[in-house]
Formats: sequence, structure tokens, C-alpha cells
Amino acid sequence: MDWGFIFERTLSTMFGIEVVVFALAAVGLNVQFGYAGLLNFGQVGFMAAGAYGLGVTVFWLEWSFWIGIVFGILYSIVLALLLGLPTLRLRADYLAIVTIAASETIRLFVRWRRMKEVTGASEGIGEFADAFYELSPFGEGVRYEFGPFSYVGRDLWVLLVGWVILLLAVLLVWRLMSSPWGRALKSVREDEDAARALGKNAYFYKLQALMLGGVLAGIAGMLQVVQKGSIQADTFNPVITFTIWAILILGGPGRTFSPIIGAMIYWCLIVFVENFLRQLPEGPADFLEDTIELSVLNISQLRFMLVGLGLLLLARFRPQGIFGSREEMALDDR
Amino acid sequence: MTTTDHPRGRMQPSRRQRIIRLLVVLAGSLLVPGLLASSAHAQEDEPEIFGSLNYEDSESGEDVPVVGVAIDVEGVGTVETDDNGDFRVVVPEPGDYVVTLVVESLPEGVNLRNPDNNPLLTTVSENRDRRVLFPLVLGEEGEGGGSTSGGITGRRVAQLTVEGLKQGLYLAMAAIGLSLIFGTTGLVNFAHAELVTFGMIITYGFNFYGFAGMIGFLAPLPGPFGDGVNLIPAALFGMIAGGVIGYVLNRVIFRPARSAGVSLIAQLVMTIGLSIFLRYLMLYLFGGGPRTFGDYSAQRAWSLGPIELTPKDLVAMGLSVVILVGVASYLELTRMGKAMRAVADNRELAESTGIDVERVITFVWVSGASLAALSGVFFGLDQVKWDFGFRILLLVFAAVTLGGLGTAYGALVGALVVGLAINLSTLFIDAEVKNMVALLILVVTLLFRPQGILGKAERIG
Repeated sequence: MDWGFIFERTLSTMFGIEVVVFALAAVGLNVQFGYAGLLNFGQVGFMAAGAYGLGVTVFWLEWSFWIGIVFGILYSIVLALLLGLPTLRLRADYLAIVTIAASETIRLFVRWRRMKEVTGASEGIGEFADAFYELSPFGEGVRYEFGPFSYVGRDLWVLLVGWVILLLAVLLVWRLMSSPWGRALKSVREDEDAARALGKNAYFYKLQALMLGGVLAGIAGMLQVVQKGSIQADTFNPVITFTIWAILILGGPGRTFSPIIGAMIYWCLIVFVENFLRQLPEGPADFLEDTIELSVLNISQLRFMLVGLGLLLLARFRPQGIFGSREEMALDDR
Repeated sequence: MTTTDHPRGRMQPSRRQRIIRLLVVLAGSLLVPGLLASSAHAQEDEPEIFGSLNYEDSESGEDVPVVGVAIDVEGVGTVETDDNGDFRVVVPEPGDYVVTLVVESLPEGVNLRNPDNNPLLTTVSENRDRRVLFPLVLGEEGEGGGSTSGGITGRRVAQLTVEGLKQGLYLAMAAIGLSLIFGTTGLVNFAHAELVTFGMIITYGFNFYGFAGMIGFLAPLPGPFGDGVNLIPAALFGMIAGGVIGYVLNRVIFRPARSAGVSLIAQLVMTIGLSIFLRYLMLYLFGGGPRTFGDYSAQRAWSLGPIELTPKDLVAMGLSVVILVGVASYLELTRMGKAMRAVADNRELAESTGIDVERVITFVWVSGASLAALSGVFFGLDQVKWDFGFRILLLVFAAVTLGGLGTAYGALVGALVVGLAINLSTLFIDAEVKNMVALLILVVTLLFRPQGILGKAERIG
């Protein structure tokens, strides 16, 4: 068993693109759920809105990549308005129902065969991010090493941009939440009636939080597809939303850095377990295959089972997350 | 089409038929065994995978065989359909096989009705031949009947109305539990749709491996334990298993959470976690491909006036009507039913009149889960798939929201409206995106009547 290899992989993941994308989407969810108490179970829908806003602009309208970024952000805002306007006046669980339904409907819609010219239907969209990689200061295929970390030039460029965006987003959220706007938002979360009695328009605060979180998720979606180099409808499946939830609750909702910490813990754990199982000597590996038919083929199914179980247990026994504080706990009744 | 039951495995036919007859009576008298055509041929030696390809000529209404299409069984070989459109592949041993229709070999203009079902994963059990279905259509491909190109005819409206009614009835059985659990506990159970999938998959397991055969070392037992049983007893046991799961979920997870004072929002997140866990557990155990039950899978539709319906759908629809009427009379007439409605109406008030609320909640979980499991069996008559529940989650939520979250009759009304609306919408839009109509219903309901059709107009903000 090659422990060095396993740890190298795990460490490289810690700053890898998955962490950036999921942490950024979780920062968005943190604004919505952690600070405003909104049950958004369609975060992947916002990621798809961002990704397709970018992709459709380049692929169908044949406009430039940079205009596409603007459209990606616009699409996320429009989606937030569409979902928020009818539901945010109602009890919290209605938003959950509508968002979970909408995110799956978006996936069906973009892979509809009549949308082929616009979204590429089930084939998706490719080659839309050349303008982004032309700016890269790194050699495309060159491998860069920093101590135990090593990345290809192309990935390093996405990573660099991704981390800058992520840290800026965290900084923005931190500043906002200590501003009067953020305090009003938290008061809406804690006691909507009291906030309303003080003249705060709870509805608009919640709508703004949904929009801000949606935009951050939209940017995360764009980052993801730019790194992949293609946009596929089926990558935006609901498990992504639930993974983001697991990450946020792992880190602790309502805390500034919790999305990053949660994403790092989650992805390191996943990569460690996967590589550990792949590297198992033949004896134990055969044993697992014989008894529970576990092999490299279905290991990812096991991963999603663990996400589900983790979410269940965290919500039950530690709703404030591993590092969260009881005071900022958003999983409370209102 | 044969109308007899065939011996399967080691079980004595007479005994088995006696059990079936007993269960038929229990199930509610609507089942006439002759209605239900079994598809298997008794076979002594090596089992076969077989089927026939044809499409309906829209003008004459006749079935036209499709000749010379390549069918590939992975690891066994490829055959072509003969002059009658039939094909047969002898497989070496019972087990799982992947059957692929080579789309390129289809004649011009003929397409698969449901391209998602190709390739098809099929299970061949001992001593039985296995029929596989590849429904074909003339014209554009698409889910369940193609696109809107057919135009609006009276015949089509009638057919879609029946399809909608069918889907609505099955949906109602799944939705009632969700609505009652919300009514009595305030919990929105996102894992409820997984109980639908659980019902169809556990029934599939009973159907092919018997009541204990799914547990590896018990497989050598004789039928009905280690060897497959007919779908009807399998479905009954599937329903019971669904009730057991409902009991366990409430007893092990949600009742302790309630008494520990875990907030409703946290419980909602718990149901989401539970739903992912169950869904991927079922994928792990069942595999990703769509499958069909071992009985009644290949039936020719009957023409009843302008509509076409397979006998199994007719029976299942009749049964679901009986069951829904039964649920309604249970809620109206029995003590427990009244207690359920009382708790759903006002928990504190019900408690103060001496109703044991926890006992009522247990009843709601058990009955809701077994109804969901049975609806899974009915849905599974077309196709058994690991993520089926999630696919209809949107429809179930649209149904209960439209009808009024927390009301049993609301769920029924909402489900029928959603089923009809979705199916009739294919007159105007592609079947591929018909579920979007459910989202539209959901959003419009929340905009204009958020308490639903039958909900009370109280402030729910």
C-alpha cells in the first residue's frame, strides 16, 4: 500500500477545484440559510443558471465569453426572483419544495431535444472558454510543483482565479454581515415578526439574500464548467445540492469561513477513502468484493450514501456543525 | 397470449395457486386471475430471452412487424428479428443480462418509444423464459407516446385522460401519507418518495428471489422463501414491508428526534439526508438499469372504445380506487381515522381530549408508507428503477400543495388534477418536458391560493 501516494492525493485535493467550486456555492447557501434562514434546496439550479447563462451566450448568441459571464450572473438573479417572489411570503418549507422542484426542472429543460440549438440538449456545450485560457500566464501542459502539491498549468490558472473569487466572496459576506444590512437579515432569521415590527421589510431582505446567494452559486457553476471545458445537463443533478448542504452543516452555518472548512473536510475525506479503497491489497479488496460487492465501480454510490447519512446525523445531533456555535444556529424553529 | 400461470422453481402449483386465491380474495375481489396474462413459457432446459418488435400503423390500426433488427444480449450474442418481428436468444444460465436494441438497424421512421429503456437490464430466473419489451413508434421518438405532432383528436384526448387518471390515482396513494405525516407532525418528509421506490424494488425482489432469497445464504430455500413468487403475493408483502419501514423510520429516527426537541427545520434536513441515503442504497443493491417485474410485464392492450389499456393497468386502477375509497371511509368512520384527522387539525386540542398522539403518528407513518409502497408496485408495472421516487417527487409535492398540505382529501384531489394536467399537456408540449407543468401548478398555487384547494385560509406566512 502506497501511503505516500494516498496522502499526496488527499493534500492536493485540499486546494483543488472541487473545494473551490463547492465552497463558493456553500458561501452562497450560507448567505441564504446560515444568515437569512432560507431553505434553498435547489442550489444546483443556480449553478446551472450561471453555467448555461455563460454557455448559451457563447454557443447560441455567439457573443464573447465576458458578456457570457454577465449573462450568467443575470440568469442567477432572474432565477432567484422567479423562485423567491411567490414563496418568500409563505412558511419556510414552501421555498424548499419549490427550489428542489425547480432545479430538477431546469435540468430537464436544458436537455430537452428542442433546445438543441440553444443549450446543446443532451450533448451539451463545449469550447466556450478559450478567451479565459488565453489570459493564462502558465504553460498549458506544464506541471508546476509546490512542495507536496502539483498541478497542471491549465488547472493552476483556474485554481488561482477560483481562490481569488472565493476569498473575495468570503470577504464580501463577512463585511456585509457586520453591516446594518446583515444585522437586519439576521434579525429576520431570528424573529421575523419582531423585525417587521421594527419597520424592516422582511420579504425584501429575504429576497436579496436569495439573490446574493444565487449569484455566488452561479459563479461557482461557471467556474466548474470552465474548468471541465464542457457544459453537460446531467452534471447538474440534485446530489450536488445535498453535498453543498452537507458541507455547510459540516462547517457550521452562519459562520464566515465554515464553507471553506466544510468543503476541505468533505473532499479530503472523500478522496482519502476512495484512494484508500483503490490501494487496498488484494486480500481485503477481494473480501469486500465478495461480501458486499464493493468495487471501484460502485464506490461513488457508497460515497453518496455517506453524504446522506452524514447529513441525517449532523442535522439530528450537531445542527450547529462541527465548529459552529449554538448562537448562530440556523436550524432552529421560527 | 397465454392465460395460465406457470410453475416456477420447486413450488407445487396447487399449493401456490391456493395461496394466490387466498391473497386475491384478501386483495379486494377485483382480481380475476384470467384477466392477468402471464408471459412466461414453462421451459425445462436453458432459459431464453425473447420478444417481438412491432409498431402500430396509425391508419389501419394493425400491428406491423419490424424485420431484421439486431438485438444484442451482452456476453451471449446478437440475433435479428424474423419475418414476424420475433426474436429469441438462448442464455446459458439464469442471471442478469443487458439487452440492447441496435438503434441503427431500425427501419427509417421507426423509433423507440422510450429511448431511455435501451439498453435494458433484465433478470432471467430459473426455468422461465424472459420476455423483453422494446415498444416502437412510427415517427419521432419520445417518452410515452411521442410528441405533439399527433394533433388534437377526440381519441387522443380520451387516451390521455385515462393515462392521467391512472397516474393521478397512483400519485394519490403516494401523496396521502406525505400529507398526513405533515398534518400530524408538521414535518415535510422529503424521503417519502423513496418509499415508493422501496415498494417497487422490494416487490421485485420477492417476485424474483422469494421472501428470503434476497439474503444470500437463504437463497437455497424452496419457494416461496428462496425462490420467486407470483407478483400478486409479492406486491402484498411489498406493501407490508413498506409499512414496516414506515414504522422503523418513525420509531428509530423521527420519534426520538421529536422527543429530543429537534426543530422541524432540522428534521426536514434529516429527511433530505435520509432520502439520499435510501436512494443510493437502492442503486447499490438494485443497479442502475430499468427492469420489469417477472409477471404481467408483456401484455397486449385492450381496445375499450376510443382508449387502449392493458389488463394489468385496468386492474391496478380499479384496485387503487377501492383502496382510496377504503382510506376515505377509514378516516371518516373509524376511531383511529377520526383521531388522525383530529391530530392533523389541531394537535394540542386533540391531545387534551385524551387522544394518544404518538400512537396516531405511528399509525400515520405505517399506513402512509405502505400506501406509498403499493403505489410503487403499481407504477412499477411499467418499469422498476432505482430513482423512480425522485422522478415523481415534484409531482407528489405539486399534488399535496395544490390540494392543501396536511389534508388527506386535498392530496387525493391534487394528485388527480396533477395527473390529468400533466398528461393532457402533451397535447400541446413534448412528453419529454411534461413534468414542467407540475412546477407551473406548484408556483401558481403558491401565488394565488397558498393554502391549497382544500386547505383552510389561515395565515401560513
